[in-house]
Amino acid sequence: MITAMQQHRLILSLAAAILITALLSLIIGNQPLPLIKAVQESFNQQPGVYSLILTELRIPRTLVALLAGASLGLCGAVMQSLLRNPLASPGLVGSASGAALGAVVTLYFGIAGLFAYALPIGGMAGALLATLTVYLLAGREGGTLTLILAGVAVNAFALALVSLLLNLAPSPYAVQEIALWMLGSLANVSRNELWILLPGTLLGWLLVWRQGRPLDLLTLGEETAGSMGADLPNLRRRLFLAIALAVGSAISVTGAIGFIGLVVPHLLRPLVGYQPSRLLVPSAMGGALLLMLADMGVRLLPVQGEIKVGVVTSLIGAPFFLWLILHNRRRGV
Amino acid sequence: MSLLSGKGLCVSRGQRPILKGVDIVLQPGEMLGLIGPNGAGKSTLLRILAGVMPADTGELSLDETAMAPIPQTERARRIAYLPQLSEIAWPMCVERIIELGRTPHLEPWQSVGDEDREIIGKVIRQTDLLALRDRSFNTLSGGEQARVLLARAMVTEPDILLADEPVSALDPAHQLDVMNLLRQHCETGHSVIVVLHDLSLAAHYCHRLQLLHQGMTLAEGSAEEVLNEKNLADAYEIELTKANGSALKPTSLPWRRLRKDE
Repeated sequence: MITAMQQHRLILSLAAAILITALLSLIIGNQPLPLIKAVQESFNQQPGVYSLILTELRIPRTLVALLAGASLGLCGAVMQSLLRNPLASPGLVGSASGAALGAVVTLYFGIAGLFAYALPIGGMAGALLATLTVYLLAGREGGTLTLILAGVAVNAFALALVSLLLNLAPSPYAVQEIALWMLGSLANVSRNELWILLPGTLLGWLLVWRQGRPLDLLTLGEETAGSMGADLPNLRRRLFLAIALAVGSAISVTGAIGFIGLVVPHLLRPLVGYQPSRLLVPSAMGGALLLMLADMGVRLLPVQGEIKVGVVTSLIGAPFFLWLILHNRRRGV
Repeated sequence: MSLLSGKGLCVSRGQRPILKGVDIVLQPGEMLGLIGPNGAGKSTLLRILAGVMPADTGELSLDETAMAPIPQTERARRIAYLPQLSEIAWPMCVERIIELGRTPHLEPWQSVGDEDREIIGKVIRQTDLLALRDRSFNTLSGGEQARVLLARAMVTEPDILLADEPVSALDPAHQLDVMNLLRQHCETGHSVIVVLHDLSLAAHYCHRLQLLHQGMTLAEGSAEEVLNEKNLADAYEIELTKANGSALKPTSLPWRRLRKDE
């Protein structure tokens, strides 16, 4: 049995790892950043180039990776617990594909170039709209299976619309712009993106606050959970909104980043005794850690330009996920 | 004064009626056996009483007051429901699953305290799960899983325990143990409604039986009244076996539990 002590130890280890990774993430890049010098500079009257790199680029980039990764990890755990299905990803209720569609619409119609916040706002609107559609189709009363099927349908439709826009794009440049955005990257993140990301992310996290208990009850099945006092319609509404806000904000800023929300809860679940409520915080921390590491990885890769971080997470995530499933099956879990 | 009652309960699924106006009354301290052939509507009735499924028409009351306005959390403290089939989504360990039964008594920010632990420990001993408490649920046999789920319902310490075929996966010794536990639950002033297919167990352990057939109550009363030749023939299409010319008593069990420490 997993004790409270072991749980605390896990959270502390993750926190320490996050701290170290965040510091490294400030230093590592195209050019290694002399961190102490940069900090000294930023206290000077006239900040130098190092301090500019630190405050305008590296800190926002690190924080965005941390927040977006945490949202993906947290929402993955929430989604899997809510649907009682270890294969659910946070994007299942439409938040990720909706965000992609919303963002691509702004790129396609050139709204993205009009003002700085247009693209992420489009993304968030898309995420909310897609999630709302799934909810209205299946979320109020339908069972888990209906919900999954509705999610799959809405995702497919949103991605089809994205394809349509790519298809109709007026120039190869527009196609490239859309395609590259979709790959998912933290390369061009600045303070603006951080401010855009923050409110939706925090609001989403807040909505998940204290929902661990009903998620635990759901382990026993929907009927039993209901008979034990869990208000399931309310829980579903609340968590759908949380995922739309948190994942929608993350995807709107970073582009599609796959597999973190799927793999991280999987990886950590045995360490918390499989209990949904105990998985939430470690999963958020694990997601933050993984995205920061992946983003650091792409900065270190000796290739021309930069490999997009979304490509890396899927490239490593998919085979790893397969290995994990086979490994667990062999152990009979 | 009745503890729990339902009046004129009707429910249909699509065009097919499942319950056609069933009345049910549960007295404090009573163990009521709900019997009837497959498809008679026993589980549906239990689900309606548990509040996990609405009836199309009919009234439910708890302590002679209408059930509907009672908050979900209070209902969850007073009525525990043990469904027939339970799939546990995650391979959590036995003790953690049983702990979940205390949830209705905890505020959202509270975790399980000493008093809760005491109750959990007591129930784990009663349900013979001491040796299994650290095992993961999915490594248990069907019968062991059934006992864990019963323990989960018992730690809630509900006034009313609604159990849907709690013994169907159990060996005879554990069947008797579970029936004894349910009886014990009643002796402390609580009540039980239990759906059973084993008529001998039902007749032997329940204070009163209610026989459902095709969505209606066919008979209700003591075991002798309910399990007569006519009702058995009408509902189940069976008759009592005769030995030496006289029919066997339906209330007699062919075996009883050896005490392990005897």
